[in-house]
Amino acid sequence: MTLRRFLQGDLVSLRVIFAIALIWIVFESQNDRFLSATNLTNLFLQITPVALISVGVVLALLLGEIDLSIGAVSGLAASVMAVLTVKNGWDPALAILAGVLTGAAIGLAQGLLFTRFRIPSFVVTLAGLLAWQGALLQVLGSTGTVNLANSGITNLANTFYPDAVGWAFAAAAIGVFALVTLGGYVRRQGSGVTAEPLGLLVLRVGVFAAVAIVAILIFNSDRGLPLAVLILLGFVIGFQLLTTRTTFGRHLFAVGGNAEAARRAGIRVDSMRVVAFTLCSSMAAVGGIMAASRLLAVNQSSGGSDLLLLAIAGPVIAGTSLFGGRGSVWSALLGAIVIGSISNGMDLLAFESSVKFMVTGGVLLAAVVVDAIARMRRQEQGRV
Amino acid sequence: MNGNGGVLSTKGVSKSFGPVQALDEVDFAVDAGEVVGLVGDNGAGKSTLVKSIAGIYSIDAGQFYFEGEPVTIRGPNSATELGIATVYQDLALCDNLDVVANLFLGQEAVAGGPGRLARVLDETAMEERSHELLEQLSVTIPSVRSEVGTLSGGQRQQVAVARSLLGEPRVVMLDEPTAALGVPQTKQVLALIKRLRERELGVIVVSHNLANVFEVCDRIYVLRLGRKAGDFDAGETTEEQIVGAITGAEFGNGEAE
Repeated sequence: MTLRRFLQGDLVSLRVIFAIALIWIVFESQNDRFLSATNLTNLFLQITPVALISVGVVLALLLGEIDLSIGAVSGLAASVMAVLTVKNGWDPALAILAGVLTGAAIGLAQGLLFTRFRIPSFVVTLAGLLAWQGALLQVLGSTGTVNLANSGITNLANTFYPDAVGWAFAAAAIGVFALVTLGGYVRRQGSGVTAEPLGLLVLRVGVFAAVAIVAILIFNSDRGLPLAVLILLGFVIGFQLLTTRTTFGRHLFAVGGNAEAARRAGIRVDSMRVVAFTLCSSMAAVGGIMAASRLLAVNQSSGGSDLLLLAIAGPVIAGTSLFGGRGSVWSALLGAIVIGSISNGMDLLAFESSVKFMVTGGVLLAAVVVDAIARMRRQEQGRV
Repeated sequence: MNGNGGVLSTKGVSKSFGPVQALDEVDFAVDAGEVVGLVGDNGAGKSTLVKSIAGIYSIDAGQFYFEGEPVTIRGPNSATELGIATVYQDLALCDNLDVVANLFLGQEAVAGGPGRLARVLDETAMEERSHELLEQLSVTIPSVRSEVGTLSGGQRQQVAVARSLLGEPRVVMLDEPTAALGVPQTKQVLALIKRLRERELGVIVVSHNLANVFEVCDRIYVLRLGRKAGDFDAGETTEEQIVGAITGAEFGNGEAE
């Protein structure tokens, strides 16, 4: 049973990690700067905004819904923040809060429209995509660009902690992870319910510790642990816990798996949807603010271009189903690493963006085909 | 038969969908420790009655009584709070969740301490309780952590019934519990229904299968075109009488059309 759970549950993540390793090896063999500390640090800084947006997208995908307005919302939220702090002289922290609240309000409105009038989320958020893009232009005004240099907001993406702080974070993370994993084991043993074998748990803690230590080694041999990466990990871990350990998360999966069953179980399906869309838009705003901090400016193309598509493609590549009920917040991070690695690697090799788009499209298609094959195999075994 | 004395009864319950009168002045009752079969032709109003009692539909007229007291049922939660549990024909399970998650869906155990605020799940407590419950009901499944989508039809039905018992209900309604099940699986489910009666629950079974109805039911209530067409003691009735009531043949005045 454990083996089967391992294969069916963690296999998707393992498959993606394997794919990332493969991509990294291929690019490293073509250009030995790819796996340098500086480039890996840059890679993580590059993917942070889109990964943050993807975290929110996962919530919508788990419900079997989609939010097409995330790109436009990320741009609009960033522009609201930029205008408030640069033109109106707001404190950066307050301006960031206002940006995130802008996203939350938009998500709330779209969620209410979607549930109240039973309009497909696809259409509501498509209208949102257009409208918020217009709002972005309006907020930015005639100049069309707001520079964030020296505004304090740029610290988000440009702060690096010294070596000792990085190690302290790693030690704390490993400690907490070990404590939670093994504590859960002891508790389950005590009450006589099935527990995963101790060996597997120890292995998991070991792998976690190794990853944390290697990551800090890499960051420290460049500029240090970036604040942006900490923020990203904070949101990923927070939402991972929210979706897997709380009633809210359980209900999210239930609504995505069988909305009618959830409704009959007394779950307020529409409220769940509104909350999920609010969180999704809020995360889009967080991602947009992070992107602005990294680019030192907000302009008319903020949140545009391929941001929306990549933010949705990432989690799907890493195994979150478009049909709802299956997936995880980790897939937002893993998918962003896949897409970011391809993009970063091809930039290093000086590929044209035409090639980049086609390769990324190919990877998305391949990932979805693999997922579809897995689903067909499940159905053959009588699993739906 | 029970008037308002049953654990659950309805008086003059009516419900229409547009021009269709699905239920017309229905008086119905079930007692504790009693299995009532609810039978009738397609469109007779069986499912509508069950869904009205379960709070899925709101009724147009009439009154529900629970343990003799008049009550209003305002949605699934209010029915559950009263102590009325329902197992639907389509089971209403989430295939992507495991057995424990399905059993506790909508009534999850929440951890104590600081986790209570975030409504953190108490998986250990839920798993323990699941083992206990499934054992009491002699339900056998590969593991309580199996995804429900991997279980057989009979296992899924038993999980659905077990799920309805978690809230310690007084009345359990089963909609077509043996439809689409093989012979051994049907036997398991019928045995489970008998165990519900032993637990002093009021059980309502909606079924097309008269053989099954006669096997487990104490009383058979027939609906025809939204109206009561008979209420029979299962021990003193023949299948012909029930079929007659279902089709309206016993009235012999052309109502069958």
